[in-house]
Amino acid sequence: MAKAKTSSRSNARIKARDKETLNKIVVLADDVASAAFKKRDIRLDIPTRTRSNTIWNKRRGILEMGDATAERELFNLNQAKQFMQTMLHASTIKDLIDAEKSSSLRGVFYKAKHTVSGTKENTFDTQDESDPILEDLEVTLGALREELHIFADNRGALVGNITIVDKGDEINCRRMGSGGYAIPSIVEPDVIEFKKCDAEFVLHVEKGTVWNRFNEDRFWENNNCILTHGGGQPPRGVRRLLQRFNQELKLPVICLLDCDPWGHYIYSVIKQGSISLAFESSRLAIPDAKFLGIRAKDYTECDLDERVKIDLGDNDKKRATEIAAYPWFKDHKGWQKEIDRMMSNGFKMEVESLITKDISYVTEEYVPQRLKKKDWLD
Amino acid sequence: MESGEAAVVKRKSRSTRVTAETMAAKQKDISVSEFFAKNRHLLGFDNPRKALLTTVKEAVDNSLDACEEAQILPNITVVIEDLQPDRPANAKQSRYRVTVVDNGPGIVRKQVENVFGRLLFGSKFHRLKMSRGQQGIGISAAGMYGLITTGKPMVIHTRPNPKEPAHHIELAMNTKTNRAEVTHDKPTRDFPPERLRTIGAAAQDADFLHPENFETGTSVSIELEGRYQKGRGSVDEFLDLVAIANPHARIAFIPPSRVAADEQEELPLPRAMRPGTEKDAKAAAPTADEVEATPQGVDPTIQTIEKNGLIVFPRGTEQLPPETKEIQPHPRGIELGILIQMMKDFEQSNKRGGTLYNFLQEQFSRVSPGKASEFCKAIGVTSRTRVADLEPPQIEALFKQFQEAKLPPPPTDCLAPIGVRQLLAGLLKGVKAEFYAASSREPDVYRGRPFQIEAAIAFGGELPADDSARVIRYANRVPLLFQQSACSSFKAVTETGWRNYNLSQPRGSLPVGPLVIMIHMASVWVPFTSESKEAIADYDEIRKEMKLALMECGRKLGTYLRKRQRMQREAARRDVFERYIGEISQAVNAINGKWKTKELYEALLKEAKKRTAVADARLDEEGKTIKQDEAEELKKDEGVVLIESRAAHLAPVETEAKAEEPKTGKPGKKSKKKTSDEDGLF
Repeated sequence: MAKAKTSSRSNARIKARDKETLNKIVVLADDVASAAFKKRDIRLDIPTRTRSNTIWNKRRGILEMGDATAERELFNLNQAKQFMQTMLHASTIKDLIDAEKSSSLRGVFYKAKHTVSGTKENTFDTQDESDPILEDLEVTLGALREELHIFADNRGALVGNITIVDKGDEINCRRMGSGGYAIPSIVEPDVIEFKKCDAEFVLHVEKGTVWNRFNEDRFWENNNCILTHGGGQPPRGVRRLLQRFNQELKLPVICLLDCDPWGHYIYSVIKQGSISLAFESSRLAIPDAKFLGIRAKDYTECDLDERVKIDLGDNDKKRATEIAAYPWFKDHKGWQKEIDRMMSNGFKMEVESLITKDISYVTEEYVPQRLKKKDWLD
Repeated sequence: MESGEAAVVKRKSRSTRVTAETMAAKQKDISVSEFFAKNRHLLGFDNPRKALLTTVKEAVDNSLDACEEAQILPNITVVIEDLQPDRPANAKQSRYRVTVVDNGPGIVRKQVENVFGRLLFGSKFHRLKMSRGQQGIGISAAGMYGLITTGKPMVIHTRPNPKEPAHHIELAMNTKTNRAEVTHDKPTRDFPPERLRTIGAAAQDADFLHPENFETGTSVSIELEGRYQKGRGSVDEFLDLVAIANPHARIAFIPPSRVAADEQEELPLPRAMRPGTEKDAKAAAPTADEVEATPQGVDPTIQTIEKNGLIVFPRGTEQLPPETKEIQPHPRGIELGILIQMMKDFEQSNKRGGTLYNFLQEQFSRVSPGKASEFCKAIGVTSRTRVADLEPPQIEALFKQFQEAKLPPPPTDCLAPIGVRQLLAGLLKGVKAEFYAASSREPDVYRGRPFQIEAAIAFGGELPADDSARVIRYANRVPLLFQQSACSSFKAVTETGWRNYNLSQPRGSLPVGPLVIMIHMASVWVPFTSESKEAIADYDEIRKEMKLALMECGRKLGTYLRKRQRMQREAARRDVFERYIGEISQAVNAINGKWKTKELYEALLKEAKKRTAVADARLDEEGKTIKQDEAEELKKDEGVVLIESRAAHLAPVETEAKAEEPKTGKPGKKSKKKTSDEDGLF
């Protein structure tokens, strides 16, 4: 009963939302057509997804997108092809919405890929050309990806003391075996609802291998939490789900990442949002996310041995300096100290390296101790 | 032979001593003919293939020289008959009869033996006058070669007087005496020989060797062992090139019925250089409208035609080259030995005793009375001192004075350059290109001998784009087919910086591209590297002039290529827009059906055309303002011909569209380590 009720309500909501998205696409096409007939410049104004158009909202603690837009003109040799690609994808998305289906990024690429008539040139050569065009459309139309009926690969997994409803199917995340629940690309309330949550916090780890260690040791059970990973840089689905846990269930999000610029950046993205998706920060960023480790001090504090050291390369050093200069890190004494320490160490460390102490050192000693001491960066 | 003789001498030495006397008995005169019979490679008879070509070449050179000297527009027919058509398929050579008929002035009876039967006999050696032949070796050597290889005498028909019958003479050269033996000598009405009109289908043409066109003239037939092939260094190529440099001549050619078996050596000519069939010629000849710009007097519609096995190089102009004057040597070009010889000759011809002053005045060009007195004074004699009284040191001092004196350069009315228009007419006839440019330098002097360099280039069209440029070389309008790399002109081409004119050029090599480069040297005495006249010796003055002429042509080509590049870019740009607007119209139509694909496409197309035109009118590749006049000037230049219909079809330049990396709003840096499908990174 309840199930039917929710889905009919969400169906109505989806229909209304699709209609709005469709309207936006039609307006885009109409603008192009009438510009052509009225001999005006034929162009699209696309909000720029660059560092310079990203604003650090200190009060909210998130990155936001500025107002700058870039023109994409048809009659410009450098932009003509992208203009054509943008229009093609707009039409592809309209088809998807009309058919009430959704497609992967790769699917959309294939759907729009064909030979330009009368030539040997492809509309799209690789998916790398196609994906940014879809992001352009998201920001231009002001529609989220799921509103465009596009999803990404599932990446990341979840296990823990919570029951969720995914498209009407109830899923007990305490009984997920060794694989966990694969976090879908779209986790909006009309797809995923939270039902019963006993967990007290979320532990997000960087990679599947670390997550496996924690799951095998039943860490989430022993510590009453939800355990997630994002397969490296977490995709939007994972970030959105973490944010919903944080916002809706008031669960603290605690990250266990590598001690290297990459790990620091993952944390930065989870916390503040990313530059290219700054327009989605209010939906994705978790300003009070915590960074538990690995910390630069751990080499001495945990009495680790030489084996854990990986030299910092020139790229790493450059990257670390950049990260230290981000406005949200610049005035943060803890982070300045952390990055300085890593730089003076001259090496980085991965979470997996804690295995040099003991197989379950990380789950049985390291994390529980840090949690107890609340020894983290935020 | 020589080693055999030596062996004989050696054996004898055991029994009889060789004394100076016995040796003296063996020492004797060597006839010039004997010398060349043994050293025939010096004259261009190294192998059967080259022998056939050299025979044709010498006969044609003589005919052209004779016609021009008599101010007759040359009409020359070359027939090569295969005398062993039934030879086995793998035979590498055959016996041929080469016949060359001209409408020249003919040769008076008593000179026939000398002209055709004697080496180093000629009108051209002792004078300083521009002509094709120089040494008086050519045709006699060809006859000698024929006699050696086939035993057949040379057959000559000549009619010097239109009112009288022609002479039919057959000559066999005696190499020992350097004299010809006449084996047949009768007057005949049969001129041009009727027999030639019975050879194959080609000769059936009513106009072919019609007696009406031959009031006077000469026909020479030589039978020889030879080898007929096509391609580089062939008779066909030679005649092709002769036609280019001699647009005032009409040349007809009947090749032998079959080519030699072994064709491996054949180097094919580029397609653009082969004569077309009659049909081809019509199709290939540009119509008057298509010709963008031609100087007056150049008719680009005249093309080489092949019909029934008869190849005709039609006359491109009715204008004979101007008559050239004979000149006296210039003091600066003379050598000491020659000076002494000239003095001896002068003494003999002036029995009363010529003075040095008169000698200087009469025997040299550019020596004014004042200069002559100055020379006399400078070597410490008076102007009345007789030449015979000069001491060797004084002659040497005079020679030194010659080198140091400031003299005007020799007169140049002795030169008959082909001329810019004729060069273009010739190239247009022979090479199917899209752009032609020619330039003619002012005369200059090397070793006291005046010379003049001309250059022309043909670019694009049907010429092969990936090959090295083809260099065609001429000396006094005679094509040079061999020893290219030894030739001064070849060096001039490689030393010219073709990259400045938008062509690629590997270091120290010929430029690469659809290019034919033609260089002509006109001079009263062309310095060949050998008697076979295959390469021009590398004098700095000559090479410098060649380079200057090439640079002038190159600059014109550069201007044209820049213009062409611009056109290509414009086409490519429009093409980029055009190919995308189709997709865009369809996409817009798919989103909102109220926009009709076709109407939208046309609106966008109109806009695309407008945009490209505006953009291109203003800026070139570097964003500089285009000098419209530059391209316009090219059209007005009389040294330039443009045939736009042959311009490489402005294919879309794929690279232009692709070179642009997709630039979206996505941030640039991307970590190599773990790329996310989802989030753009810094």
